[in-house]
Amino acid sequence: MISAELANNLLAVAPEILLTLVALVVILADLYLPAENKRITGYIAGLGLFGIAIATLILVPANQSLVLDNTLDTVEEQLLWGGMIRSDDLARIFRVMVIFTGGLTCLMGMGDRRLNYKAEFYAIIVIATIGASLLSAAADLVMIFIALETVSISLYILSGFIRLPVTPGQEAEQFAMRSAESGLKYFLFGSFTSAFFLYGLTLIYGFSGGHTNIYEIGQAFGAAGTEGFENVVTDTIPLLFALLMVTVGFGFKISAVPFHFWTPDVYEGAPTPVTSYISTVSKAASFAVLVRFMLAVFSPEELLDVATSSYSEWWVQLFAILSVVTMTLGNLLALVQRNIKRLIAYSSIAQAGYTLMGVAAIATTQAGDGAASVAFYMFMYVFTNTLLFAVVILFTNATNSETIADMAGLSRRSPWLALAMTLALLSLAGIPPAAGFVGKFLLFRAAVDSGLTWLAMIGVLNAIVALYYYLVVVKVMYVDRSEDDDVPINIPNPYPLVIGTSAAAVVLLGTFLITPLNSWAEAAGLDLFRLIS
Amino acid sequence: MELTWELVAFLGFAVMTLGSGLMVVTSSNLFHSVLFLMTSLFGVAGLFVLLVAPFLAAIQVLVYIGAIAVLMLFVIMLTRQVMSRPELYNQQMAGALVAAAILFLALLFVLTPLADEIGGDVAQVNAEVIAEADDAPDVDYITVEELGRAFVTRNGFVLPFEVTSILLTAAMIGAIVVAREDEA
Repeated sequence: MISAELANNLLAVAPEILLTLVALVVILADLYLPAENKRITGYIAGLGLFGIAIATLILVPANQSLVLDNTLDTVEEQLLWGGMIRSDDLARIFRVMVIFTGGLTCLMGMGDRRLNYKAEFYAIIVIATIGASLLSAAADLVMIFIALETVSISLYILSGFIRLPVTPGQEAEQFAMRSAESGLKYFLFGSFTSAFFLYGLTLIYGFSGGHTNIYEIGQAFGAAGTEGFENVVTDTIPLLFALLMVTVGFGFKISAVPFHFWTPDVYEGAPTPVTSYISTVSKAASFAVLVRFMLAVFSPEELLDVATSSYSEWWVQLFAILSVVTMTLGNLLALVQRNIKRLIAYSSIAQAGYTLMGVAAIATTQAGDGAASVAFYMFMYVFTNTLLFAVVILFTNATNSETIADMAGLSRRSPWLALAMTLALLSLAGIPPAAGFVGKFLLFRAAVDSGLTWLAMIGVLNAIVALYYYLVVVKVMYVDRSEDDDVPINIPNPYPLVIGTSAAAVVLLGTFLITPLNSWAEAAGLDLFRLIS
Repeated sequence: MELTWELVAFLGFAVMTLGSGLMVVTSSNLFHSVLFLMTSLFGVAGLFVLLVAPFLAAIQVLVYIGAIAVLMLFVIMLTRQVMSRPELYNQQMAGALVAAAILFLALLFVLTPLADEIGGDVAQVNAEVIAEADDAPDVDYITVEELGRAFVTRNGFVLPFEVTSILLTAAMIGAIVVAREDEA
């Protein structure tokens, strides 16, 4: 019989254990399946991840586990594996999100013929998802760094995944070269910022007097100078320096300006399913750890038992400024793009800017709606971008082109695809009934509630600018004529499933599921505000 | 000179280190070179044991032999046409000899006086250092055993430790997929 404590610990990492099993099954199945049946590995990975996402939703205990009795009430109970992870609602909402989207990405990978249907692709996606899932829950500097690297290193590999074709062909070779270039660029930028990030973490470890758990660090920084915390460094310059170093690492992962330079090139060159994964899962998990890290390490005064000093004002200002720069620059540069993947790259920079608004709003309001708005926005954003990229893959497969002008007549070639694309673009632009409207509304509300009205105003102005370039794509699809107007676009399996699921999610999250998701996100936000005492 | 087992072990490890080191640069098969490099590094690990530095020896085996040399083997196997070296010597032999000679003289004239100053008996010095550490109980110092335990206990670092192994698996699979040619 295993003890209750061990059972709790194991349940908290059950999603990761199951994910590891799926990765191993995929690798083994690839060895034993005959060549013509290797596609099955994609289904194993994709459907396996769907199953794990549902199991996470139901089983993994937090404050409101749907099935199990043993809810974890106090923060000390939620900190498991020696404080490496915290099993709370924030972790759960982001885990469900990243695992489900990981499954969608695996299924998407099955339709991109440039990937050659290799099983390693699905295995590495699953392993990246393990990292993303742990990142959503990580509560220790060591765990955060390793989880972050698991996501990053997997994605460096996947970005350069397209090989030179066996049968020479100019277009295919071009795609392979661009993929290799994007993999290398991503790796160089990524390892560079990882070094900054790690340096920041070691400084924080040292300044806090030798803690690795982020909640203990926050406690030490808050109570600096009191008994037991005499050797905590509280000088402004070193702490600010450490905060900036860490922000470089997070800024790279969420592609915030000025750490965004890799984004357009990597998005354009990487295989499209990988681009989708970078823009959804990697970004969502990074936001999860960003809000958890900032709130725990540099906690606002009101949350601490003993507060001799508080540093939350710094990062609130920092992220408010980053938010303005990121959304403005992302939207302005998106206006001039000709390539659909580059357009989405700049649009995803802008979306990160909006979400940073929610991050900046966290510390000043205690209702938890800052974190809740970030969770809600990311939840709808991952489905929207997956939908968008699924359509782009089918379009590229049919036309061998990624230029927006070549999307002309898509509404006549495949009405359903054009409709799905329109839905995704409207959601990104923030127009009801798509989920993006609710997401933006919650973000703006959180900003206004925490006294950042000026930030919300800039956000609204930006949303108007963004509307233009989203609608241009819709116009090209529906109004412009092309020579191939009568050539239908084939929608192979399992794309009906991918597009159907994500389109349904985008519509439902904007209509019937607003209240359940929002109350879950608010519970997650409130969880975040409970620190150790 | 009295023949102790320490001297015999030292001579054995010294021959192992230098002899394999020589084979590394003279073997014309790159693969063999790496295997000899591993033997040479193992000899160095043995020397560390003789110097009463077991932790350093373990790290030497784990990092240099376990990781770096194996990595070299992977790189050689995944790269085309580097298995053999047609030319063993290049034009810079004279320069290399001069550099080696200078380094050797530096070792001889800088390190030998230093060793004499300490007293030559490293084991004795180590014993003194350890005795001093025992006298000062408020100095935190972590033994290899504690380090090992921290990796495998539930309230230690077992989770990141296990995740690292998953990460390394992904990196290895990825390296092979990215580097290997597609089969037709």
